[in-house]
Amino acid sequence: MIWRSLDELAAVPAFQSARHNEFPPGATEPPVNRRDFLKLMAASMALASLPACTRQPIEKIVPYVKQPEELVPGNPLFYATAMTLGGFASGLMIESHEGHPTKIEGNPGHPSSLGATNVLQQAALLDLYDPDRSQTVLNHGQPSTWESFATAFQAQMQSVQANHGRGVHILTETISSPTLRSQLQTLLGKYPEARWHQYEPVNRDNAFAGARLAFGEAVEMHCHFDRAKVILSLDSDFLYGHPDNLRHALAFADGRRAQSGRADMNRLYVVESSASVTGSNADHRLPLNATGIARFAYELATRLGLMAAGSPSELTPETRKWIYALADDLLQNEGTSLVIAGENQPPDVHVLAHNINDFLGNIGHTVTFTEPVINPASQIESLRDLIAALHAGSVETLLILGGNPTFTAPADFDFPAGLLKAKSCIHLSTEVNETSALCEWHIPQNHFLESWSDGRAFDGTVSIVQPLILPLYAGKSAHEVLDVVTLGRSDYDIVHDFWSQKMAGLDFEKNWRQALHDGYFANTRLPEKRVSLRTFQITPVAQKTGSLEITFSPDPNIHDGRFANNAWLQELPQPVTKLTWDNAALLSPGFAAKEGLANGDIVDLELNGRRLSLPVWITPGQPDDSIALHFGGGRSHVGRVGKNAGFNTYTLRTSDSLYIGRDVRMQKTGGHYPLVTTQTQHAIDSEERQIFREGTFADFKADPEFAKKSSETPIETLFKPEEFKTDGYRWGMAIDLTACIGCNACILACQSENNIPVVGKDQVSKGRIMHWIRVDTYFRGTPENPDMNHQPVPCMQCENAPCELVCPVGATVHDKEGLNLQVYNRCVGTRYCSNNCPYKVRRFNFFQYADYHDTTLKPLWNPNVTVRSRGVMEKCTYCIQRISMARIGSEEQGHKIQDGQLKTACQQVCPARAIVFGDIGDPKSAVSKLKANNLNFSMLGELNTRPRTTYLAKLRNPNPQLTT
Amino acid sequence: MAYTAQTGPTPDSPKTNLADASAMPLIGPTETFESVTQNIGGIVLTQKPPRSWFFGAGVAFILLMVLLCAISWLLYRGVGIWGINIPVAWGFAIVNFVWWIGIGHAGTFISAILLLVHQQWRTSINRLTEAMTLFAVACAGLFPLLHLGRPLVFYWLFPYPDTMGLWPQFRSPLVWDVFAVSTYFTVSFLFWYAGLIPDLASLRDRAPTRRKKVIYGILALGWRGSAAHWQNHQSAYLLLAGLAAPLVLSVHSVVSFDFAVAIVPGWHSTIFPPYFVAGAIYSGFAMVLNIVIPIRKIYGLENYITARHLNNMAVIMLATGMMVTYGYVMEAFMAWYSGDVFEQSMMANRAFGPYGWIFWALILLNVILPQALWFKRIRTTPATLFFVALAINIGMWVERFVIVITSLQHDFTPSAWRLYRPTFWDWATLAGSIGLFLTLLFLFLRVLPMISIFEMRKLITEKPGGRA
Repeated sequence: MIWRSLDELAAVPAFQSARHNEFPPGATEPPVNRRDFLKLMAASMALASLPACTRQPIEKIVPYVKQPEELVPGNPLFYATAMTLGGFASGLMIESHEGHPTKIEGNPGHPSSLGATNVLQQAALLDLYDPDRSQTVLNHGQPSTWESFATAFQAQMQSVQANHGRGVHILTETISSPTLRSQLQTLLGKYPEARWHQYEPVNRDNAFAGARLAFGEAVEMHCHFDRAKVILSLDSDFLYGHPDNLRHALAFADGRRAQSGRADMNRLYVVESSASVTGSNADHRLPLNATGIARFAYELATRLGLMAAGSPSELTPETRKWIYALADDLLQNEGTSLVIAGENQPPDVHVLAHNINDFLGNIGHTVTFTEPVINPASQIESLRDLIAALHAGSVETLLILGGNPTFTAPADFDFPAGLLKAKSCIHLSTEVNETSALCEWHIPQNHFLESWSDGRAFDGTVSIVQPLILPLYAGKSAHEVLDVVTLGRSDYDIVHDFWSQKMAGLDFEKNWRQALHDGYFANTRLPEKRVSLRTFQITPVAQKTGSLEITFSPDPNIHDGRFANNAWLQELPQPVTKLTWDNAALLSPGFAAKEGLANGDIVDLELNGRRLSLPVWITPGQPDDSIALHFGGGRSHVGRVGKNAGFNTYTLRTSDSLYIGRDVRMQKTGGHYPLVTTQTQHAIDSEERQIFREGTFADFKADPEFAKKSSETPIETLFKPEEFKTDGYRWGMAIDLTACIGCNACILACQSENNIPVVGKDQVSKGRIMHWIRVDTYFRGTPENPDMNHQPVPCMQCENAPCELVCPVGATVHDKEGLNLQVYNRCVGTRYCSNNCPYKVRRFNFFQYADYHDTTLKPLWNPNVTVRSRGVMEKCTYCIQRISMARIGSEEQGHKIQDGQLKTACQQVCPARAIVFGDIGDPKSAVSKLKANNLNFSMLGELNTRPRTTYLAKLRNPNPQLTT
Repeated sequence: MAYTAQTGPTPDSPKTNLADASAMPLIGPTETFESVTQNIGGIVLTQKPPRSWFFGAGVAFILLMVLLCAISWLLYRGVGIWGINIPVAWGFAIVNFVWWIGIGHAGTFISAILLLVHQQWRTSINRLTEAMTLFAVACAGLFPLLHLGRPLVFYWLFPYPDTMGLWPQFRSPLVWDVFAVSTYFTVSFLFWYAGLIPDLASLRDRAPTRRKKVIYGILALGWRGSAAHWQNHQSAYLLLAGLAAPLVLSVHSVVSFDFAVAIVPGWHSTIFPPYFVAGAIYSGFAMVLNIVIPIRKIYGLENYITARHLNNMAVIMLATGMMVTYGYVMEAFMAWYSGDVFEQSMMANRAFGPYGWIFWALILLNVILPQALWFKRIRTTPATLFFVALAINIGMWVERFVIVITSLQHDFTPSAWRLYRPTFWDWATLAGSIGLFLTLLFLFLRVLPMISIFEMRKLITEKPGGRA
């Protein structure tokens, strides 16, 4: 039988019949003699021992029947959209592979992003694919349908039409979406007795209240750090926790970063009640309890001459010296200084900040004002009204659009009990949470990557939220829920109709398309508003000596608790403390020593008769008489990830002590809880290690080469000295430690880009976290108030890599462009490379960490990056997949990869642009210029590893008055 | 005869004449050709094993089952069941590997080097110690395989003709390890087996049952005891001894390269090869004593393994112990003298850091306690010697722990420092490997002559007074 292909063979009748009749009756085995038998055995033994030679079965997949427009399989597409948090939209650019979003980037044109994202925006992608998301409409906890909800809701609203909607209450989170606000207005117009409440635990109540006191109207303050020479933060985490943090970070870094010919550098003073990202970047940081900060601001205003001294000063001599130096510095920089008060601080402090800014002539220069983007009405009062109505039993229908008030409302409001008194309650949420459990209806909310919407950036720019993917589940958006009682349109129609009416004109469609392409409507920024100060009268709160206070602030990773089921965020080391998977009561080293507390010891906190037990974490830089609590952890109705992660501190947070709780009593319980951190050592035991180099701006001006002084001497070598000086690309990276603010965005960007698995609390506690880039924080100085230094550490891509020498199978090798490659297929997992890596940047799959089985999570993976299996080593590759993509693109066009055309994930996300990557063989590239800077140094360069990743020494700009 | 023995010492009671060790006898005065063959061969062929054999073998077997459980769980779950982490990516597996390999060294030292330098006292213990070598190397060999992240592809470390033309990376000390350990096992096995052949033939000839006759017959490879056989046997035996002798120095040197070649402070040291070899012989002799002292008591072999043997081994331990101590002192001295901040910090952390108590336990067990060996009474009293040897065995395991773990735990980048805590499975694997070792040893005692019969008979011919 001669055949050319298997198909042909299969068609031959003899084969057909043989196939149907494999074992004909009476068949016997062909006779085999001893020799043949042995031959066969030998052959099968040989074959069995060579499974690696087996050809994998060919699996054909069906190509597109109808090829989607613009889609080339294998090439990602990018779409602009926006994510709103706390009401403020930040523009994003989403990478989509064959219809599923795989990576979130910042939108470079968007004023609130400028191309960067923070950790929450990076991690939002994981929420889209969260297998624990709410997937179906629930009625009293039983699965139901959207249609039955719509019918019921319409009937309900019809029944209240007669009394103009009395008893209908709508509770939303902070809303800036013009479409949603117009929908609400339409609804409230139709039902004039209905009430709209707005509440979110992280809000700007204090800022607006302060503005009302200072200017007579609620205005939004915009900071221009790029124009400021002297900056004072009064407990404001403007680099991390502020709604406009990304723009702040860039402007702040631009005023400091190492540049040739820089004549001056901005100076940051931070007075704060808990070690924050902003505080860790301060040139002068003063830990004061939150109550004392009001006192501080008052004393500063007095010193500046804003007002006459009132009550006698209670400040310590050190604080007084600090204030005098600060006041002198501010006075020398009139018009180029900036004072910002934190959202946690009471309105009085905001008033003082506005007055100081005005006194120094900063308003209009470093500080400008606009109308607020969001409704400035007090959210806590709005919620108080709702609670009153609920407890009075006058709520017929409560429509909760997003949020989780059962969990986040102040403890004294007793929101759950009130909620149960509502006749009917509808809850729209992306997850079945504490609130959903108490509601009649639960509607799954679409993720923002699945729905149409809009929002306004902090500066007012209108941003369009467009979906990247059809809803994965039976979800709906807030627009669609509100539209049920009016027109019943889809969210696209709602948003599109709104803007077509609003921007009615001949080329609306063109504008709309442009806005979709850009991600925002151009020139929709709010105009600057002139404000005038009113006279003010402030008497600072007298502080009882020896009294202990608690401060409340949102969790740096899981925000107000909404990201509790996001494993990327839970596992992300929190800034400064490096805690993962839990929150704790942060106390100062001195206080802990006095109370005999160690990390993880459980204490009982009592505030206004409410008690909470949680473990403590000793945090350098924390004021002695203040305990910092983060809220957001300890969710009870949450998916698998958020279970048993953290402690619910909302149970202590009441409406009269939302941010500061005074007269706290603390008791040691004797219990212990294992808290997990990724960095156990924060001190460099010897100055000579030279791992982190820093100096003052004055040092730098006096001796521009100070960072080199202690540096490695160039080591002459006879062994392949020209090995990596090829003509092709020579990839390298420079990280400016002055610019780095320690915000962790690079860690999550890398995790998302490179399919890095999450390992869980137990594995983190064993030291097996998988992050390819980490942000080390080193403390210098006294534990009471140390300098904090952040150092992002990716793979150094050593030219002379110690890891390569010791791998027995050659699984880690160099390529000609200078990349230190890791060949997963070849790795047998001896882990010798990690032992020999002086930077300890290699990560090992001790177990099967990557989830091969959950189909929901599969579309999350970057298809250009291998998903690693158990027993192999992995590490930073300088995003080699991006390099390949850029190379292919540029080779098609016949030129070299242009500088700036190719960015690593960590570089692209960095809000401070501290990470620069490129071709060090090209003297004109940005990275070459940075490496030529005098501040450039190699970490552990004396080991002759010749790292391709180098650092620019950190510069500080202390006030000479305070250093002497 | 390929070699001629020196004139043997005068046999005497082991209790007397302690002043002159070389005067102590190597074999009891009453032994004859017949008694030697009867006594040693009889243990295997005719005697019922003593009660203590069943007890010991039972315990060993249980531990072996623990090992099988630990390995099964390891293969199912991955190396994450151990306490290793980043930065301490090597833990008990490597500690155990180095420890077992080291233990093996005494066997080769006794059987090869002492043979070549005509130390007759080796005769009665060489068989047992060679067996110990084999079993220790078998235990050691397990660990490099098990500690791989992907143990099923261990063969990638061998230079085999791969379809993709891939070779091991020959600059890596782990590849050198593969060659060193496999060579060591092969040579040790051949040497041991070659030595066994005449005895196997004796057993064959005396076997009481047909089955034993056949089995020992096959193993004896047709040995007839002709002059030509002896001629060839002696040449082969000496050649193998010549091959094995350098391995005593090279194998542990190569093992030490695993550390010395790396740049980790606490590992990167030129003193490592000699220091490791001395340590290996040190721990090996300790293990020999820990095995031999109970066996000679239980099987009544005091006539063959005499106080002189114990004394000689103790002296070697004392000597190698001093070398090891010198190594410790030099490590600390060089850390200070180098002026290298990383070395100094590592050394300070090793002695006074979180694992400081382990370091001082090491000093107690390996340096201070063995000083008792200066006293002859301790060297020749089996109970005290057993105790000191046990301390050294534990101490040498602790030494490897200190080298492997405290160096990795505290290297260049402070932010990455992290402690290592062994898990249940770490301990189970260690206990299990002891189980494997003891199981093999008990089986050996049961089925093969634990003392070389033909060489003992030779001792009788050579002792003054000639044939008995």
